[in-house]
Amino acid sequence: MFPLKLVVKNAFRRKVRTFLTILSIAIALLAFGLLQTLVNSWYAGANSASSYRLVTRNAISLAFSLPISYKDKISQIDGVQEVTYGDWFGGIYIEEKNFFPNFAVEPRGYLKLYDYLIPPEQSASFLRDRRAALAGCKLRDRFGWKVGDSITLKGTIFPGTWEFMLAGFYQAGVNDIDETQFFFHWDYLNETIRETMPHRADQVDFYLIGVKSPDLATKVSLAVDKTFKNSLAETLTETEKSFQLSFLAMSDAIIKAVQLVSLVVIFIIMAVAANTMIMSVRERTAEYAVFKTLGFGPWPIMVLILGESLIIAMTGCALGIALTIPVKNAIARALSDYLPIFILNTKIFLYYAIASVLVGITAAIIPAWRAAKVPIAEELGRIP
Amino acid sequence: MKGGKRPIVEIENISKYYHRDSQTLAVLEQITFTIEEGEFFTLMGPSGSGKSTLLNLIAGIDKVDGGTIKVGGVDISMLSETQLARWRAAHVGFIFQFYNLIPVLTAFENIELPLLLTALPRRKRREHVDAALNLVNLAGRMDHYPGQLSGGEQQRVAIARAIITDPTIVVADEPTGDLDRVSAEDVLDLLDRLNRELGKTIIMVTHDPRAAAKAHVVRHLEKGVLL
Repeated sequence: MFPLKLVVKNAFRRKVRTFLTILSIAIALLAFGLLQTLVNSWYAGANSASSYRLVTRNAISLAFSLPISYKDKISQIDGVQEVTYGDWFGGIYIEEKNFFPNFAVEPRGYLKLYDYLIPPEQSASFLRDRRAALAGCKLRDRFGWKVGDSITLKGTIFPGTWEFMLAGFYQAGVNDIDETQFFFHWDYLNETIRETMPHRADQVDFYLIGVKSPDLATKVSLAVDKTFKNSLAETLTETEKSFQLSFLAMSDAIIKAVQLVSLVVIFIIMAVAANTMIMSVRERTAEYAVFKTLGFGPWPIMVLILGESLIIAMTGCALGIALTIPVKNAIARALSDYLPIFILNTKIFLYYAIASVLVGITAAIIPAWRAAKVPIAEELGRIP
Repeated sequence: MKGGKRPIVEIENISKYYHRDSQTLAVLEQITFTIEEGEFFTLMGPSGSGKSTLLNLIAGIDKVDGGTIKVGGVDISMLSETQLARWRAAHVGFIFQFYNLIPVLTAFENIELPLLLTALPRRKRREHVDAALNLVNLAGRMDHYPGQLSGGEQQRVAIARAIITDPTIVVADEPTGDLDRVSAEDVLDLLDRLNRELGKTIIMVTHDPRAAAKAHVVRHLEKGVLL
């Protein structure tokens, strides 16, 4: 269609300028998409939290522990289906740069509460041996571990050298599960520290509670905390999601700043695109005067400019989409140790399209208005 | 005078002023004249005499400060910007000194441009453009861009564009001003043919006495006053 051809030809009349504008739109969208993916990955733990699970910790702070004796009392509360517990171990594998989260957990209850995919023989091996450990499959890929390997962690919170037999690997049953964690038996930890640091024995950092129905979560939370009211270690029970979000709240300002930057990026590309359109229209003012002489009214002229602006913005959008997937994959590979879950939400491409349409329209408003108002006689008088 | 039938352009007591800072400059003062249908009318005068301004007023691309201009019975001084745009599309063909073709469109597309404002289907538009290209003897250059055409050829494309909608009047502002002698002669011959064979009313502004020689009526404008 000829008018469309005119719009496309106008858009690419200054090839270098148009290419640079398209590139800047694509890169800005890419930055927006990656920053949004970063924010999403930050919240991935909270998103994967089940409404069937509650976390109970010391009411003062997570730095304080709870007695192991609470388990039986919690198990007797109405609505509770499963109770397990654990400690943040914080061990180092060979050297600090090899960081991965590691926990001492009560394994039977833990595996019942989480949807991990584990080969049955590996799961059985993990449960059978007190020195057994279970690792996420990303750790296997990262360190080249095999089932049966002996893994040594250097204790930081619990001093000493800790040896484990790698019983198996788990995979995520759902997308947002972190596959870089390492679990071993809490009993193994407790037996050892009972000998070396008896005052720290029989204590856990947290209880994980599986409720029979999500509707019972509030009732069970209140009942647990009521049970231990006025005890030496009062509890704070909340849903797993609230627990995760309370962690994230510590870095809330950073996340907000990242989100703000991703929006600022969009405003910057609006300015870049608007600048291109203003320059293009200014160069062609005389042509618009000719169009008006031929009888084109303000609207067709505005549509021509709007179309040109949208073509530039949408080409930038297409390039942005094309760049996002490989760049995201490269970043995910490079940062897999620090951001185990870096999954692109395909909805981001819808945001790209919306942002590009907004950029296209916004950038065209002022130049289109100016072109529509070109005084014909004055502009023709300037030619050439 | 050849082919004079009825007044197609009726100008009565028109004035035009330009304002610069606090000064008001009279460009045209109390101009009254008529142009008849089918006439080849030429305005001559020195630079700054107001002849291009007068042409712009007749073509509806500028507004009078006083008086009335009727073209084909329509008082264009009373029309709004939008009405004027529609009126120009239907009734005026404009030929510029510097052709003013759209550089990213081929000769064919440049000629077709005014037809986009009509309800003509694509096939009909094509027929019209082919006829216009044949008339200006450029059928073989229809796919060429303005940058690939000589000045004379570009002006012939501009003439084809001006007549494609079969307008009531064709206005030409120094149509040979940027052309060599041979090309200018071709363009003038073409305008003459449009007038004689197709009965087009042509209103031309020129400095060139050879161009003026083609006209039926030549009027002189000096310091905004028609002599």
